[in-house]
Amino acid sequence: MSAPVGQASLPAEQPKKIRLATVWLDGCSGCHMSLLDTDERLIELAKRVTVVWGPLVDLKEFPAEVDVTLVEGAISSEEDLHRIKMVRARTKLLVSLGDCAVTGNVPAMRNKFGASAVLRRAYLENVTLDPQIPREIVPTLLPAVRPVHEAVPVDLFIPGCPPSADLIFSVLSDLLEGKVSNPAAKFG
Amino acid sequence: MDSDPAQRNIFGVMEAHPEIAREGVRLRQFGQQAIEWLAGKRIHPSWVVPGGVNEPLSAANRDRILAGMPEALAIARRTLDWFKTGMERFREEIRTFANSPTLFMGLVNDKGGLEFYDGKLRFLDAGGHVVQDGVAAADYAEYIGELAHPWTYLKSSFFKPLGYPEGVYRVGPLARLNIIDGCDTPLASQEWAEFRELDRGAVLSSFHYHYARLVEILYALEKIEQLLRSPDILDPNVRALASANQSEGVGVAEAPRGTLIHHYKVDRDGLITWANLIIATGHNNAAMNRGVLQVARHFVQGNKLTEGMLNRVEAVIRAFDPCLSCSTHADGHLALEIDLRAHDGALLDSVRN
Repeated sequence: MSAPVGQASLPAEQPKKIRLATVWLDGCSGCHMSLLDTDERLIELAKRVTVVWGPLVDLKEFPAEVDVTLVEGAISSEEDLHRIKMVRARTKLLVSLGDCAVTGNVPAMRNKFGASAVLRRAYLENVTLDPQIPREIVPTLLPAVRPVHEAVPVDLFIPGCPPSADLIFSVLSDLLEGKVSNPAAKFG
Repeated sequence: MDSDPAQRNIFGVMEAHPEIAREGVRLRQFGQQAIEWLAGKRIHPSWVVPGGVNEPLSAANRDRILAGMPEALAIARRTLDWFKTGMERFREEIRTFANSPTLFMGLVNDKGGLEFYDGKLRFLDAGGHVVQDGVAAADYAEYIGELAHPWTYLKSSFFKPLGYPEGVYRVGPLARLNIIDGCDTPLASQEWAEFRELDRGAVLSSFHYHYARLVEILYALEKIEQLLRSPDILDPNVRALASANQSEGVGVAEAPRGTLIHHYKVDRDGLITWANLIIATGHNNAAMNRGVLQVARHFVQGNKLTEGMLNRVEAVIRAFDPCLSCSTHADGHLALEIDLRAHDGALLDSVRN
């Protein structure tokens, strides 16, 4: 594995475009929407950043050698766990974006009841036809939902539900300028 | 559909067609900004509360929203015209994107018109005939059944009186424009009439979700202007205070992507003890699956999977504007795993992300 882990700075190869990925695990996409809420600043950002993977683009495989990955959502399933490990290995700077990634937040509310109680309610009780708990192909739910940094090392945390567009933009701007200094973003 | 995957996204549009991209960003900004000025926050605002909203609209914010209206209306009209003139290039997609008979469901008001927050549920068949009208939110479970599958966390809903799969229906912009008898704003009304000319009965191709969405954007803008110009829009009486007076309740609203049903039971303190949610993507699940099959049959040829084929399989799902996180709480990236098999079951090609 070549990617340095836990190193909160970018390689000094400016002004090369930064390779940015965004990942959506167990969250509501609100953090991605907040990124879009940077409005016209997004157009300026796009001139300095290449989005190489994520829900906002259409590539089928997570590439190698990604400079920055923003992760929205908590770790809820074996698939999330597998994916975040792969993302970590291919990313220089990993950012937990929003409260679900940072703390577990809403998805973690199920921890109080456990995964099987949730599955029973959704797929056995609240079903009219063929009640059954899905088991084929689908990713198995983990017994408890965890924040991202409990699965892999995280370099930077941006809290908020969702983090405001201004906060996301200021962090990305700092990253582009090679400094990570926004105090509001240093959490956890 | 067959263009370079690295450019086939909003950022590619920004480079290739900066004006269209900027207008898209501006139109989205208008809507998000209006929410922020009304509710204080663009995403997850806590403005809507039991009994109303927690703050009245100020004259200053009304005027700020109105000031953005001419630009937003101009963009919406230009985009709709641009879309309609470009439709011819997508004849094959229109013919094959989940284009098959289903029922349609959504809210209508007491005049049968377009409705998002109030009204009753109406079911329409593919021929354009109303099969069930006037279903109150509280009676949803008499008409809507939910089916669990072994291979997905997403349940499929169906119209109970017809059973499954006969009772498969669609919701969202396409469904709403199909079920209504009209809408009460002038520009959208004209566009709606033109839209309904696409088919003799209901408009069946799910490709037209995009078209319907643009007509609805026009409607929403006109409606915002109507509401903002009504004399009582600044009325400070915006909230009735109440405590828990019922232990069970059902609410139905039309989200942009389709009908949303929330069913709750609460205890004496008003704390939720039980919930069932049926969201747009669940209503559309069966129709989306049929769409994938239809697209695969049409576009997948030979023994090799190409980007263009995969893109169309994704594009038919995206036409429905699905929300795979709130419907399944599964992985948010469109999880695509496609095996191409010969008639004897031998694996010819495979793609997964």
